[in-house]
Order: sequence, then C-alpha cells, then structure tokens
Amino acid sequence: MLLLLAMALFGLGLVGVIVRRNLLVMLMCMELMLNGVNLSLVTFAQQTGTAAGAVLVFLTFVVAAAEIAIAIPIVLVLVHQRRTLDADAYTDLNG
Amino acid sequence: MLLTLIVVLPLVGFFINGLLGNRFGKPFVTVVGCGLPIVAFILAVKSFLDLMAGGGTPIVETAFTWARIGERSFDIGFWFDRLSAVMVLIVTGVGSLIHVYSTGYMKEDKSFARFFAYLNLFLFFMLLLVLGRSLLVLFVGWEGVGLASYLLIGFWFEEPDNARAGKKAFITNRIGDAGFLLGMFLLFWATGTLEMDRINAAFMSATAPAVSASLVGILLFIGATGKSAQIPLHVWLPDAMAGPTPVSALIHAATMVTAGVYLVARMSGIYMHAEAASQVVTVIGVATAFFAATIAVVQNDIKKVLAYSTISQLGLMFVALGVGAYSVAIFHVYTHAFFKACLFLGAGSVIHALGGEQDIRRMGGLAQKIPVTFWTFVVATAAIAGIPPLAGFFSKDEILWFAFASERGGSPVLWAVASGTALLTAFYMFRLVWLTFLGKSRMTPEVEHHVHESPWSMTGVLAVLAAGSAVGGFLALPHFLEPLLPLPEIPEHLHHLETPLLVASIVIAFAGLAGAAYFFGDGAVRAARMRGRFPGLHRLLSGKYFIDELYEQLIGRPLVWISDRVFLRTGDRMLFDGTLHGLAGLARRTAGAFSRVQTGNLHLYAFLVIAGMAACLVWSFRHG
Repeated sequence: MLLLLAMALFGLGLVGVIVRRNLLVMLMCMELMLNGVNLSLVTFAQQTGTAAGAVLVFLTFVVAAAEIAIAIPIVLVLVHQRRTLDADAYTDLNG
Repeated sequence: MLLTLIVVLPLVGFFINGLLGNRFGKPFVTVVGCGLPIVAFILAVKSFLDLMAGGGTPIVETAFTWARIGERSFDIGFWFDRLSAVMVLIVTGVGSLIHVYSTGYMKEDKSFARFFAYLNLFLFFMLLLVLGRSLLVLFVGWEGVGLASYLLIGFWFEEPDNARAGKKAFITNRIGDAGFLLGMFLLFWATGTLEMDRINAAFMSATAPAVSASLVGILLFIGATGKSAQIPLHVWLPDAMAGPTPVSALIHAATMVTAGVYLVARMSGIYMHAEAASQVVTVIGVATAFFAATIAVVQNDIKKVLAYSTISQLGLMFVALGVGAYSVAIFHVYTHAFFKACLFLGAGSVIHALGGEQDIRRMGGLAQKIPVTFWTFVVATAAIAGIPPLAGFFSKDEILWFAFASERGGSPVLWAVASGTALLTAFYMFRLVWLTFLGKSRMTPEVEHHVHESPWSMTGVLAVLAAGSAVGGFLALPHFLEPLLPLPEIPEHLHHLETPLLVASIVIAFAGLAGAAYFFGDGAVRAARMRGRFPGLHRLLSGKYFIDELYEQLIGRPLVWISDRVFLRTGDRMLFDGTLHGLAGLARRTAGAFSRVQTGNLHLYAFLVIAGMAACLVWSFRHG
C-alpha cells in the first residue's frame, strides 16, 4: 500500500517535470520524486527489518537539501536576467 | 695550455661583447674586441718562438676528449707546426689589425658591439680551423667560420639583399661541405683516425691505406672549392661584398677564403699520391684564376673588382697546390693577406670618405684629397700586380715558375694561362687605381665637398699593411716550410729558364700597368672606344659569364618547380592537407547531425533521460 503511494508520488513528480514549464514547479516536482523514493526506501526497511534503507534516506535528505540550495539561486539568477520562469525561454544550449 | 688560450681568447671576447657590450658602451667594446685578439697574437708569437726553440718539432696540446667510441677517442687537440704557425700568425696578426681598423670604420654604427662580437667569434673559429689536429676540429672551425661569415655578410640585414647574400654564401658552402664530409668519412673508414698528422703518415708509409687517394683528394677539394670560391662554387664571394668592408678584408680576402688552400696544403700527404686529384686542382685553379680576372676587368663596383681579384688569386694558389708547390701556395696566402687586406681596407677608407659611394664611375681625382689612403692603395696594388720588389712579386713569380717547371704537372700552357692572369691582374688593378684616384673628379659636388681622410685608427692600419705588402716578400716562407712541405723537383734541363721567366713576369706586370695607363689614362676614352667595338664581349664579362643566371635556370628553377608542384601542391596540399581536411570535414558533418538533438529544451532532456532509464529497466528485466 505504502509502496503504491510511493509509486504514485514518483509518477506524479515525473509527469510534472516533463509537462510543466514553470521552473519552480519543476523543482517542486523533483522533490516529489525524491520523496517518493524516500518513502519506498523506508517501506523496504520496515519490511526487511534492517536499518540500511532508513539510513539511506538521511543521505537522500542531505543531498536533496544541497541540491535545492543550489537550484533555487540558479533559478533566481536566471529570472533576474530574463524576467520569466518559463523553461522554454532558456534554450541557450541549442546545438 | 698556450694554444688553447690562443683559441679561447676570442671566444671570451665574443661572449663579453655579445652579452654585455651594449650595456657598457663603445670604449669597453673596443678594448675587449681589439684587446683579446692582440693578446692572442702575442701568445701566437710566443708559441712561434717556442716552436723555433724546439727546432720545429710540432707542439701538441690536447684540450679534452670529446667522445670515446669503442677504442677510438675523438680529442679536441691542437697541433702547432710550421704551417699552423704561419696561418695562426696571419690570422691573429692581420685579424688584430682589421679589428683596430673597424673601430674607426664602424664608429657610427648602432650595432657596434654586435659587430665586434661576430668578428671575435670568427677569429675563434678560424683559429680552431688552423690549429686543430684532427679533421674533426678543423671541420668544426670550417663550419664555424661559415656561420660567422653568414652573420657578417648579412650584418646590415635590414636590407633584404644583404640577408640574401648571406644565405647564398651559406648554402653554396653547404654543397662543398657535403664533399668534405664524404672525404672525411672515407678517410676515417680507411685509416681509422681523423688526426691529420697520422693520416698523412699513413699515406706516406709503404703500406698505403686501401682507399683511392685521388677520390679522397677530390672530395676534400670539393669542400675547398666551396670555402675558397673556386669554379663552380665561386658565385657566393662577389655577393658577399654586401657585408661591412672590414669583414670583406678579414673573412673574404685574408683569412677564411684561404682555408681551402690550407686544407689542401695540410693534407699534402694525400695529394702527393693523388695525381688525378692534383690535376683537377690545377685545372680548376687556373680556370678560376683566368676567368675571375677577366670579369674583374669590367666591374664598376670597387669592392666587386677586389672580390673577383680575390677569386683569381685564390685560383693561382690552387695552381701552386696542384703542381705540388704547397709551400709556395702558403707563401702566396701570406703575401695576399697583406696586400688584399690593405686593398680592401683602402677601399673601405674610400667608401668611408665618400659617404658610402662604391661605384668607381662616380669617383676619380681622390689622390690629393685622401693621400694616405691613396699611397697605401698604390703600394698594395703594385704588390698584387707583381711589381718587384714588393711582396706579391715574389710569391706570384714562384707560382708561375712552378706552374712552368714543376715535375708534378707543370707545363708551358699552364704557365701561359697563369701569366695571362697575372697580366690581367696588373691591368684591372691599375685600372681601379686610375678610375678611383686619378684623372678628373666625377663626383657630385655635394659628395666632393664632404670628402675627408679617415681617422688614424684606419690610416695607421693601412700604413702597417702597406709596409707588409712592400717588404713581406723578403721572408723566404717556402724555405721556412720546406721541412714540412718539400718543393717539387725541377727537371734539370729547365733550370736555365728560371731567369728568363723571372724577367718575363716583371715585363708582364709592367705591361699591365702600361695597358691600364693607355686605356684609362686619358679620361678613359680609349676604354670607351674598346667597349664600343666589342659590345658582346663586354656584356658577357659584365654579366659575369651569366653563371648566376645559368644556375638559376639549371638548378634554381627546376628546384622551385619541383618544390611547388610535387612537394607543395601534390604532397603537402593534396595528400597531407587533403587527408586531414577530409577527416575534419567528416567529424564536422557527423557532429552536425548529432547536434540537432541538442535543442536546449529542458523538457526534452528530461524526457530522454526517463526514456533511457525505462529502456534500461526493460532491458535488464528481459535479460535478468
């Protein structure tokens, strides 16, 4: 049951990242995906009775916090330059 | 120790002047640049006295071992015998005088220190050349003087012509050096040593080395034709006059160009057993002597006349070498060093006085204005023309005598051509004197106004050299060298002809003088009439027989064509560049195709990542 919820969270986040254009919303969706994974990890930990999964969750938290701490300023800088949150406006890496 | 010091002193001068000269100014450069060669000269005199005190046994010195390969060791060793003694004294003595002269001549030049550094470098290599015991050391000096010559010909390299003349000299010499190197390889292969005394001894011994002496002799002589500007490699020397005049005097008249003569004399042990090679030397020598003398008759550049005269005199030296009179050739080297250096420096003094003018058609009437230069020039001219009792008379007469009477290839025909050369020599030299110093002035009033006698540092040197040209012939150098370089036998029935030939050579010298006076004495009208009568001949001579043009057609153009068509267009551009450009183009086109994917669209990237991960999952389930 919890695993199904985790899958739903992950799927929701995935669809959000692909479909939504707002950069902040995309970031939030990524957090959703991460939390879906976290949920699955603790579920597995409970089911097998080992602590490994739970420990891994703490690592994920740290990484997620660091990631968002960098991503938000980047988005801020971008918005400062172009005055838009639309991801389609940032296609500078076009080959 | 003494010999090493003689060689190294100029090198020290090169480093001091080259590195510090610009910082410490001209007086410092003068003291170092002239002082060290003079010290070297004093040491050379000291070594000479030691040599004489030892009864002429060679002084040998090994500075250090350069390389040891197997059982053979290659030493930097010096060998001081009568022959090297003569050469070292000429090189350091005349060299020091020319250094002193240069302090006056180059006074206004902005590259004063560089000039003296190069001159000292030249002296170093020249001393290495004449003092080296092994052919290897000689070769290092040989190449080194070539380098110094190149640097000094192109000394005023801002003019592209001067730089080009330097290159021409260097490249022409390279051709000769190839022959020299092959000769060296052959000698080492046959005798197992490069030390010249040992090589000579090996060829003199009963069991001669298993190699053709003539082949070795001809190969070494090819090297000598390059350095000493003999046919067919003579073309660089006239162009080398682009350098400053003291350089022309030191390198391209008195010392470096006589290196070929020294080489042949030094290796006389080989040439004595190489009849064919000796004949080649004689023929090339006499042909060069005559041919260069005819060109000199019509040249209008004061330095070019002297350059062709140098080639011609070198040719006479090779005649002497070819007929086995090695010491006579060295005698002529010695007298030639005096009078030719004096002539070149006199020409330099004239050029200096006229503010750079070199064309004798715009000179004339200088005798009263620059008397010291005039009188020294006249003495040297009389010496080279062979007027007794000046130095050139003795050496030239001996060459003519051995060309006639030597048992090793002397013949009346050879004597006749050599005498013709002597006649032409007297003629063109007195022509030069007439057009430059006598007659009416043909200078522009502006130039004429500025004419001035050179400073004492120049005139003093001229006086010393003129004195040498006057009395230098009384030193019986062939006799002095006889223990080392014996004179060839004279057939008994020719002995009585020596005096008539002596008279003949005096008559020839005065005939040349008279001829010049006849043609150029009266405002040169008769010469102009002659020129009008034989326009074709005049064109041929003033075009230098069009040898340069011939080389350009035969060698230069095909070389350029092959380089351009085969190597540049086919090889470089098509094969190498084509392949590389093709590869680069391929990479670019592939990359262009792939770069379409890189839209910069974040959603697409995310989608592709997910798709890739999904594909991985599917694949791993299938093959799980």
